[in-house]
Amino acid sequence: MSEMDWIAIGTLDDIPVRGARCVTTPQGKIGVFRTAEDQVFAIEDHCPHKGGPLSQGIVHGAAVTCPLHNWVFSLETGRAQGADEGSVRTIPLKVEEGRLFIALDVLASKAA
Amino acid sequence: MTERLVIIGNGMAPGRMLEHLLEAAPDRYQVTIFNAEPRVNYDRIMLSPVLSGEKGYEEIIIHGDGWYIKHGIMLYKGHRIVAIDRAAKTVTSDHGVTEPYDKLVIATGSVPFIIPVPGNDMAGVLSYRDLDDVNSMLLAAQSRAKAVVIGGGLLGLEAAAGLQSRGMDVTVLHVMSTLMERQLDPAAGYLLQKAVEARGIKVITKANTKAIVGNGKVEGVELADGTIIAANLVVMAVGIRPNAAIARDAGIETNRGIVVDHGMSTSDPDVMALGECAEVGGQVYGLVAPLYEMARVAASHLAGEEGARFVHSDTPTKLKVTGIDLYSLGDFADGDDREEIVLRDAAAGIYKRLVLKDNRLIGTVLYGETGDGAWFNDLKKKQTDISEMRDTLIFGQAYQGGSPLDPMAAVAALADDAEICGCNGVCKGKITGTITSKGLTSLDDVRAHTKASASCGSCTGLVEQLMSLTLGDSYNPTAVQPMCKCTDFGHDDVRRLIKAKGLKTIPEVMQELQWKTSCGCAKCRPALNYYLVCDWPDEYADDYQSRFINERVHANIQKDGTYSVVPRMWGGVTNANELRAIADVVDKFEIPLVKVTGGQRIDMLGIRKEDLPAVWSDLGKAGFVSGHAYAKGLRTVKTCVGSDWCRFGTQDSTGLGIRIEKFMWGSWTPAKLKMAVSGCPRNCAEATCKDVGVICVDSGFEIHFAGAAGLDIKGTEVLGLVKSEDEALEVIIALTQMYREQGRYLERIYKWAKRVGVAEIKRQILDDADKRTAYYDRFVFSQKFAQVDPWSERVSGKDKHEFRPMASVGFAEAAE
Repeated sequence: MSEMDWIAIGTLDDIPVRGARCVTTPQGKIGVFRTAEDQVFAIEDHCPHKGGPLSQGIVHGAAVTCPLHNWVFSLETGRAQGADEGSVRTIPLKVEEGRLFIALDVLASKAA
Repeated sequence: MTERLVIIGNGMAPGRMLEHLLEAAPDRYQVTIFNAEPRVNYDRIMLSPVLSGEKGYEEIIIHGDGWYIKHGIMLYKGHRIVAIDRAAKTVTSDHGVTEPYDKLVIATGSVPFIIPVPGNDMAGVLSYRDLDDVNSMLLAAQSRAKAVVIGGGLLGLEAAAGLQSRGMDVTVLHVMSTLMERQLDPAAGYLLQKAVEARGIKVITKANTKAIVGNGKVEGVELADGTIIAANLVVMAVGIRPNAAIARDAGIETNRGIVVDHGMSTSDPDVMALGECAEVGGQVYGLVAPLYEMARVAASHLAGEEGARFVHSDTPTKLKVTGIDLYSLGDFADGDDREEIVLRDAAAGIYKRLVLKDNRLIGTVLYGETGDGAWFNDLKKKQTDISEMRDTLIFGQAYQGGSPLDPMAAVAALADDAEICGCNGVCKGKITGTITSKGLTSLDDVRAHTKASASCGSCTGLVEQLMSLTLGDSYNPTAVQPMCKCTDFGHDDVRRLIKAKGLKTIPEVMQELQWKTSCGCAKCRPALNYYLVCDWPDEYADDYQSRFINERVHANIQKDGTYSVVPRMWGGVTNANELRAIADVVDKFEIPLVKVTGGQRIDMLGIRKEDLPAVWSDLGKAGFVSGHAYAKGLRTVKTCVGSDWCRFGTQDSTGLGIRIEKFMWGSWTPAKLKMAVSGCPRNCAEATCKDVGVICVDSGFEIHFAGAAGLDIKGTEVLGLVKSEDEALEVIIALTQMYREQGRYLERIYKWAKRVGVAEIKRQILDDADKRTAYYDRFVFSQKFAQVDPWSERVSGKDKHEFRPMASVGFAEAAE
């Protein structure tokens, strides 16, 4: 196991409270979410149901509702809530003094 | 080998018979029905609510067309059977269709009794039996003229109440000295007359009709004493006769009705009869409960079980006039061998009378408070000896055994075989048993599975109490649907409390109303945001993160994550410059699809989110603003070309449409609001299926509202006619503001109107000038803060972050 490569993506202030921003990668978009309590999560920006952009959904608690058909996902686990079944990939993220970093194993190895 | 079953008539009795038969022997018969009425099976008991406007025809259909298809039943609509050939075993319809049968069921119902007086066949004289009669009455009621109802029985009074609520001036003529004398004693009849008169209906008792007067068309009714009562419509509701003619012609034994045995067979063993046309044991029936009993017996015999027998039982009578409660059952004539117990409460308008014989209940009349009807019915049916509770009997079930006045305890105390639904003969045990065995949780489920409360609906309260008893706290009939899982409050309570407690932010609402989640969910947050925007237009700062993506980025998200953009085209009018600007934008941003919308505008689809501000910037330079095609707010005002161009146009519909749109754009509403203005009743702008519509006529502007042409299809209601454009605008604005203040989030205007009542809306908007002005002023005030073009704001840099990715990572840097 190689150590994770942490990639800087911006600061906490770049994301609206109870909102999200996108990070584009060669493998598709990643949604970076900020909750009311200033927790930050990164998940794949692609609903497993019909591919909806989760970063465009309404953020409530540590969850987001997909804008296309209202599936709700836990930002912590990436799993669909309620009666729906499915999950999105979660991406490791750390906050250091207001700066945000994500780890992209796959990307890092490809880019190298 | 399937046998051929032919049914003449398609009313409630044969419909119910088929339901039983399909359950017991689904494949035994090939079924053919001939219906003289050109329609499917509907609930005739509910014609009165249709007449009064409380229900629509589609709501009273029992079996839709799909049901007949699903069960492989051939239904000939509008075919009257003119001959039965018993030797050849065929029937023939007036359209010449001849159908062979193995078993024939006659269910021709009844015909209204038309009193034999001169003029009784004149135009404007109607009976009250089927939907055609109701439609004719509704047509006549549009004139708001005078109506006379002959007959003060159940049907006559329901017809009178319906016509009166439709705005007619109604007089009821009744030949006897008190109303409903067959079901009510004189005291209750008197109270009923008072209640009917209090609604503005005139009642003349001991009125002997001598003639209907008029000149080819009804002008009035002449009484035996020479009085003439003016009328443009006369409804005869003096009774019904079994319709036995076709059987009589075929040589089947008839008396008052078609004579059948207790198994519903006529004198011909292959021919059965049931419903109002049938006579069993010398009795004919007109209320639904015994007719359904006949249906059960007939189905059982058709399915090959010979044991079922029709047994006579008294059926309670209830009047279906909103606000008048009466209940009558059994025999209540005076007699030497009878005792009576009477309770009168003049102030509360209550009268109760119990008739006893040998310490057993034989008759009941309840007026004003009828909750104990089912219990008295049960005592009577079981012939319970009431001597133990004689002193408190009249106070009802709750007074027996020292239990407190708790209606739930009363229902709990009912025996399992106590009848709850009189129309369908459903007892308590059947309801509670089905709730448990099928896991039912809603009233609609219980209706679907047991039929209880599915006909006249007067036992709905009892059924709901049974549901509460059976399901415990998980069912509460009075509980409103909560907004979402974050709260127990319904939308109306939340709206009320926001105003009452002066709550002005989402966190404040959640704190004060004890939200169960920290920051709500995707259901409640947009609703709360709307309520706060609406209620505090000058103080509340829109919570952008509580808006659905479309309202956040002012475009419509598509399935692939791109957006569509619709600029406003006022009243659907555009010009060369605008079209050129659109063409340039389409080329510049390589927009894949350009489409004309149903609301007379142009939609550009497939725009990348990052491009939105630049697209808006270019559109803005040509003078375009956001069309709010994404908003729970004012969408379009569709127009026709009106008097400027059209040879039929009566007013400047295009101009009015533009004026309305310019006045109202930017306003948020509970759900989307689509409007239209048509320049004449030809209605080319299709205003009569819009949320709000205007039909211009020579004399002014007819204001329509509460139409729908989406998941539901519904023609508009007419709010009223106004003379000038200014008045039209004021009325439309006031109506919209009332909807804005009362509508539940995502509730379209037609659903709100159904909930609040068209009459109440008319009262507040048309009749009450002060209310109208106040609504109008509040709308105008709120527009000061709402009419900001969201596109130009974003072109100037607002919410920049929304349209740009936060970062791009992982791309090979060498590429740059």
